[in-house]
Amino acid sequence: MTLLDSPAGHFGPYGGRFVPEALTAALDELEAAFDAALVDPSFGLELTELERTYTGRPSPLTFARRFSAECGGARVYLKREDLNHTGSHKINNVLGQALLTRRMGKQRVIAETGAGQHGVATATAAALMGLECTVYMGEEDTRRQALNVARMRLLGAEVVPVTAGSRTLKDAINEAMRDWVTTVDRTHYVLGTVTGPAPFPRMVRHFHEVIGREARTQILEVEGRLPDAVVACVGGGSNAIGLFSAFLDDPEVLVRGYEAGGDGVETGRHASRFATGSPGVLHGTRTYVMQDEWGQTMPSHSISAGLDYPGVGPEHAWLHDTGRAVYEPVNDAEAMAAFELLCRTEGIIPAIETAHGLAGAMRLGRELGPDAVIIVNLSGRGDKDVSTAAEWFGLASAGADSSGGRT
Amino acid sequence: MSDALAQVFARTRSEGRAALIGYLPAGFPTAEQSVEIIRAMAEGGVDIVEVGLPYSDPLMDGPDIQSAVELALRGGTTTDTVLDVVRQVSESGITAVVMTYWNPIERYGVDRFAQRLLEAGGHGVITPDLTPEEAEPWITATASRGLDRIFLVAPSSSDSRIGQVAAVTSGFLYAASTMGVTGARTQVSSAAPELVRRAREQTDLPVCVGLGVSTGPQAAEVAGYADGVIVGSAFVRRILQAETPAEARDQVRALASELAGGVRAAQ
Repeated sequence: MTLLDSPAGHFGPYGGRFVPEALTAALDELEAAFDAALVDPSFGLELTELERTYTGRPSPLTFARRFSAECGGARVYLKREDLNHTGSHKINNVLGQALLTRRMGKQRVIAETGAGQHGVATATAAALMGLECTVYMGEEDTRRQALNVARMRLLGAEVVPVTAGSRTLKDAINEAMRDWVTTVDRTHYVLGTVTGPAPFPRMVRHFHEVIGREARTQILEVEGRLPDAVVACVGGGSNAIGLFSAFLDDPEVLVRGYEAGGDGVETGRHASRFATGSPGVLHGTRTYVMQDEWGQTMPSHSISAGLDYPGVGPEHAWLHDTGRAVYEPVNDAEAMAAFELLCRTEGIIPAIETAHGLAGAMRLGRELGPDAVIIVNLSGRGDKDVSTAAEWFGLASAGADSSGGRT
Repeated sequence: MSDALAQVFARTRSEGRAALIGYLPAGFPTAEQSVEIIRAMAEGGVDIVEVGLPYSDPLMDGPDIQSAVELALRGGTTTDTVLDVVRQVSESGITAVVMTYWNPIERYGVDRFAQRLLEAGGHGVITPDLTPEEAEPWITATASRGLDRIFLVAPSSSDSRIGQVAAVTSGFLYAASTMGVTGARTQVSSAAPELVRRAREQTDLPVCVGLGVSTGPQAAEVAGYADGVIVGSAFVRRILQAETPAEARDQVRALASELAGGVRAAQ
């Protein structure tokens, strides 16, 4: 597939810029700074050095031997973004954007966050580079991700609970946009995923391409061949696009994204944009949106705050329409079963977001059979989700352990 | 260009004053009351009304308008409600345009929306999050029907950008007075006169100033350099604070009349 026919900032008919005019100048400035940085070797060197000495890259590719047995015997490899500093892939993008913030001479960053991983990463980079930081988070999410709220505050960030609308990620983005339009002369908005107005989707993708580049090299080293499939969970879709990017030009590699099926797509309580959404405009970009017949955004639902979003990155919309990538829903129960399985077979507690991708790998592995090689992006660790998981599995009581023990 | 808006500005210019433009979301507090409130606005002296299309993600709006559109949406307001409000107020002889975020138009169908608006008697649409780069189908749909397309410029817009936006705009150019969201402010931004001056170098269109105007003296100040004064949140706030529908109408009429005095008092 090719994007050569798409006008700048677009992915086929998707993407573009749908923003108040007050933001046009800032988006132009950001685009110019990003394009200048791309051809400035000192920018690349500084970012690579931070990735090596601060993030801890390259992240390992772990063969999940015992988990693979539950995936139809396919050999499943985990790209360990959970081992990055701050515990997820989000730091890749944030360090790049923080360096750009400094190049643009701005002193303040703002961010939206759902699960809190992007907020923590932004607060971390702000502390590292001496920037002021404000993070907008839906009030409901501040409750289900209380640990990450505390982490952000420890790092010196101001966390603003958003009480408008559905009080989740979508509303946090609205509020961050309102802040940005008011303070844009000294503030950069560190958007946390591959959506929003151009140049965000292209820029955020660029900073995550390191995931795919490393994974490709690593799988060629251990397996001597390309994988049969690359798999990731898709909220906005930044971890997914990071992994997918290195394999899109290899038609023999299946590309699979798993979105949140919530209580089940048939219940209406989910975040399955591709299963039920339609093309529309949300948060500055044209993409698949969960919307009613009047174009009003529908509330999304997922046990995972990070996937609980009614839109998706515009490049995913294009990959979907062209058929290069296939997107399927994974419901809460299926994701939590995969979550538990990875804990008990590999000693790795994944983020609940990531567990949707793991459930997808189990499904796909059984379909492809024992000769298949699958890479799953293990996009984040699950420390933040321990209380949600404990409640789900009924482990919260302090009494004697009556659960079944090791499998 | 729609004759109606041109006629309004020709009239206000001949009277040596700026036009007064009032905003109200359709369906706020109910569809029926929004029609009555708009009529009260016109009785108070508003020259053009912007009928707002309530949208779930109003990222350019401050708390007052957010509350109003949430209420309108909870009450079941749809795009068809908005068109019906336009029809009713147009039948009362009021010059109406629609103000809306882009997605509801795209979802309704760009041509279908333009056609229904024309049939309802509306004269144009203000699209705060539609950029000229993305507007080609909209330009075609409106141009063929003589509907005005009102785009926005901001203090951060470069001169060449203002020229680019003005080139696809008709009716009037909407100058956002400040970098920020909608809402009443104690002072109208000092960036507004400079923005209007720069806009006039790029276009002969009437230039109207919105964001932050809420009182007669502020309206007078803006009317001193702009062709029109746009007021939204201040109306919405009076309605939110009113105890009864009658009080809401009276408050709106009184504010409109104060603002209408303002645009006539400008030096």
